[in-house]
Amino acid sequence: MAENTYSYYPGCSLHGTGKAYDLSARAVCRHLGIELRELQDWNCCGATSAHALDSWAAIALPGRNAAIAERAGLDVAVPCAACYSRQKTCEKALQEDQQARERLEKEMSFSYTGRARFKHLLEIIVKDYGLERLREKLTAPLTGVRAVGYYGCLLVRPPDVVGFDDPEDPRTLDDVILASGAELANWYAKTDCCGGSLALVRPDVCGQMVARILQQAKEAGADCIVVACPLCHSNLETRQPMASKLLRTDFEIPVLYFTEMLGLAMGLPPKRLGLNTHLISPRKILRRKPQAVGAAATVGGPAQRGPERQEEVAGEEEADG
Amino acid sequence: MLRLVTRPALVIQPDFATEIAAAAKTPLERCIQCAKCSAGCPVGFAMDYLPNQIIHLVHLGLEDCALGSNSIWLCATCETCTTRCPMEVDLAAVMDALRQKARQKAGSRAGGKVGAFHDAFLASVKRFGRAHELSLVGELKLRTRDFFTDLGLGLKMFLKGKFGLLPQRIRGVKQVRGTFRH
Amino acid sequence: MARIGVFVCHCGTNIAKTVDVDRVAAAAARMPNVAYATTYLYMCSDPGQNIIKEAVKEHSLDRIVVAACSPSLHEKTFQKCAEAAGLNPYFSEMANIREQCSWVHSDREEATAKAIKLVQMAVARAYYDQELYQSQIPVHRRALVIGGGVAGIQAALDVAASGYEVVLVERTPSIGGRMAQFDKTFPTLDCAACILTPKMVEVASDPNVKIVTYAEVESVSGFLGNFEAVIRRRARSVRMDACNGCGVCYQKCPSKKIPSEFNAGLGTRTAIYVPFPQAVPNVPVIDRENCRYFLTGKCRICEKVCSAQAIDFDQQDEILKEQFGAIIVATGIDVLDHSIYGEYGYGRYPDVISGLQLERLINAGGPTQGILKRPSDGKEPESVVFIQCVGSRDDSKGFPYCSKVCCMYTAKHTILLKEKHPETEIYSFYIDIRSTGKGYEEFVRRAQEEFGVHYLRGRVSRVYPRGDKMVVMGVDSLLGQQVEVEADLVVLATAAQARSDAKELARKLNVATDRYNFFTEAHPKLRPVETLTAGVFLAGACQFPKDIPDSVASGSAAAAKVASMFSKPFLLSEPTVAEVLPLTCVGCLNCQSVCPFNAIDEVAFVNPLTREEKKVAKVNEGLCNGCGTCVAACYSSSIQLRGFTDEQIFRQIETALAP
Repeated sequence: MAENTYSYYPGCSLHGTGKAYDLSARAVCRHLGIELRELQDWNCCGATSAHALDSWAAIALPGRNAAIAERAGLDVAVPCAACYSRQKTCEKALQEDQQARERLEKEMSFSYTGRARFKHLLEIIVKDYGLERLREKLTAPLTGVRAVGYYGCLLVRPPDVVGFDDPEDPRTLDDVILASGAELANWYAKTDCCGGSLALVRPDVCGQMVARILQQAKEAGADCIVVACPLCHSNLETRQPMASKLLRTDFEIPVLYFTEMLGLAMGLPPKRLGLNTHLISPRKILRRKPQAVGAAATVGGPAQRGPERQEEVAGEEEADG
Repeated sequence: MLRLVTRPALVIQPDFATEIAAAAKTPLERCIQCAKCSAGCPVGFAMDYLPNQIIHLVHLGLEDCALGSNSIWLCATCETCTTRCPMEVDLAAVMDALRQKARQKAGSRAGGKVGAFHDAFLASVKRFGRAHELSLVGELKLRTRDFFTDLGLGLKMFLKGKFGLLPQRIRGVKQVRGTFRH
Repeated sequence: MARIGVFVCHCGTNIAKTVDVDRVAAAAARMPNVAYATTYLYMCSDPGQNIIKEAVKEHSLDRIVVAACSPSLHEKTFQKCAEAAGLNPYFSEMANIREQCSWVHSDREEATAKAIKLVQMAVARAYYDQELYQSQIPVHRRALVIGGGVAGIQAALDVAASGYEVVLVERTPSIGGRMAQFDKTFPTLDCAACILTPKMVEVASDPNVKIVTYAEVESVSGFLGNFEAVIRRRARSVRMDACNGCGVCYQKCPSKKIPSEFNAGLGTRTAIYVPFPQAVPNVPVIDRENCRYFLTGKCRICEKVCSAQAIDFDQQDEILKEQFGAIIVATGIDVLDHSIYGEYGYGRYPDVISGLQLERLINAGGPTQGILKRPSDGKEPESVVFIQCVGSRDDSKGFPYCSKVCCMYTAKHTILLKEKHPETEIYSFYIDIRSTGKGYEEFVRRAQEEFGVHYLRGRVSRVYPRGDKMVVMGVDSLLGQQVEVEADLVVLATAAQARSDAKELARKLNVATDRYNFFTEAHPKLRPVETLTAGVFLAGACQFPKDIPDSVASGSAAAAKVASMFSKPFLLSEPTVAEVLPLTCVGCLNCQSVCPFNAIDEVAFVNPLTREEKKVAKVNEGLCNGCGTCVAACYSSSIQLRGFTDEQIFRQIETALAP
């Protein structure tokens, strides 16, 4: 099996409102030579609703997926942050809770060896595949696009369950933005909650939470917000009108999946990435002409720590270019 | 036996704290009421009891107050409290335990619209093995009898092709249903 | 044959309620070698002891067994009693029928039977008691004080005042410690330097005190009354006998950008420097790691401008080997580095500072000459937020304990800021207020009542920048409302923690540290300035965070212990130590390898009968603590613990197992 082959767990959203994420994820992975094999007959991970109402189902639903993954024998790429969180919680239970593990192995008829680890797609691309290799493939840098990385909650918290990035100041999406040639704006709402599943039933509450995030993105001068979760994407997009009303302003900030951003930076056609399905049009970003292959191909160094990061990165660009 | 008397007189459930601590598998007796959880809760502005107050209610055994609050349903399980709690109390798990206890006592009445959403979601999962958004929303509207909220938004999304029209029922749906029976 | 007296104590109802003491005494009277047995309500009391003394006389007893509480409480009492009765004190034994019997059992029959058995065992053991005598240890009447903060200074002053010599070793170039870094002290708002410097001068000019600064203790060997310390005095590169303290050298030094340790990382210093203007000794030091001459071979400006020709680039470290009778550890504390808190910025926000850093900013001798300028842009803050309990009372990232002084110094900071700039908006986020000293509660109330500082109850969740301000996301749990404050400056009351090398020093001195690396006292309630290593004492915050009055008090207390030790012509050592029987010893030295106190040496022994020479083990009785590990490790049974011989222990076991 090629080292770049993974099982693929899209999750329910990616077959629905998150279609663009599925399209762009597949397109990007194909371009990078990462093979994704969708898990056979996977089921819903349970998301928030399962653990809110039924603590066994909350473990057993992802447990069934873990059994399927075990049989497939490969690490699993998970694009949705919520699914990722649920699968990692189940993984932790399988590793640390003997009772839960025995019950799951019995009910799902499998034997857990831990060889099929669940990883978020962001982790696979940034850490497994690696930024160095990635940058070589990003031949159409998004110069002039100013972006912020929005991580949300479940991707980075709690650190002992999901922790592949820092829970207070994560950097992986920032690395992706810089690698794509875009300008990284510094902002402080990286891990603020978007409201999650409250969106449909308490749009008033969700709207306030989204408003906070959008306001900070606007103050940071962002042209777009880059996300790694279909529910965050949905909330940040669909609640923009309400947020605008609440703060008496007019937000129109497109929200991109990080795979869409990477896809654009690879020169892939926007329609293939699902960019036509967005409610808030990313046309401002699409209007940028991708530069010719080879020019400034190595823009964007690794994200530095420190509030003076922007100036440091600018310095690096000058040195390279 | 706790001999606390509150005014107005509220029913005190002496084992409530141990029950919730066991269900949430977290040492909530270690809470020193520093309120860092409440300071960072993104939904705190809408809650009737802040997270630290919920823990306090649990400590004192004031079950009805805790289970009747809107806080436990507004909690978005963003895990900020769990991550920052200096005493390593897993508040998100406590909220889950309280939600489940509320349902145990009051059935599907507990939780209002938020509860109805979770029911609609899980109904879809039980039916198809996966959450199918269109039928989920339909079910939600029926349960809450609120047909007009987000109607325009729904149409827009539909036109953008964001809804998968046909639900796909997975082969292993029986196993999925089995996870809810215990 | 022996004539043993058995004395069974009721201990009020502590023993008598569960154990039938009369039956125990009756059974004891029938035991072999027992000549007399009786009971009494409180054996340890004066009348109880008199009963023992009279019984010894009347019945010609030669050993006593007291069946009562734990020897850790009253072994000495009954040993003294035996001695007063004319017996060797080591002919006194105790059977613990309280902690090990009446306090842990409830069935009266079974408890009484066990008590009788315990007495039987003690009687069997007593039969084999030997006469033992304490030996005299000479005392070197010189004290070593490690650490030149206020606790160490006070300890040195008091030992010196008692007429003994003291060597005060300080790691940094000047004595003064943490107190020298403070601006004012609570609750009197005395200027810290003003009240400390007289003490610093006093200790420096005391003829009995030798101060060794820029030095560290490298190793310590020996035992109570007879320690030898190896002290490394690092090369200052300045001759102390020549320097006149004019200060021209550090004015002219071209390396000006070195972060200043004294200013807690804010502000800079030069490569040749004194840490603060009132330094004692007022002799600068060259930081060789940052000095241009030592790095590149160029410069030497200080040498050129020094009118006293005191610069000496070739100066070497000096090793001092000194003898001491007692050691006082006064090494103080460090402050937690708040860069572990991501929610407060990982230390990257310049306007989020620690309490100690604020102390330096408002001090006239600090990096901004006492004008409160915030680090990012030098603006004078119009709003300041204080966050208490950062690192303290935090099981997950910091320490579970309370650092004791932060509530007070935060209140102090708020008052000092308000005094200078009354219009400043000040908020202080707290969980509880701990103000337990004299005038402390009134002081905190002043901050709120007189100066209008807003106290909000609730721990802050997060601090982040917005524009040129810091947003503080907090809560007022008394209101049950979330609050957000925009501040120009955020001050964190960071935890006091043990110094990073405390454990290493403890190892050198053979003393224990606790799980937070604070030095462990001999008893948390009753012996707060002693350690379990005889001759080593504790003073100040190295034992646990303390305010200044407690640090000074513990310094004096440690000095009193030392003075009382030195006031005796010699010290007495317990004879219940190990002893080697050289005839049978094969010299394998297994005992030496297992001894935790390094108390076993190898010596040559000449067999008096065969005149053959061999190497054997020998116990240093001063160092031996009588733990018995060597006895267990000896293959040839050639080492015995006096008072706990194999014979005694085996007889006890046999008695225990007999029906």
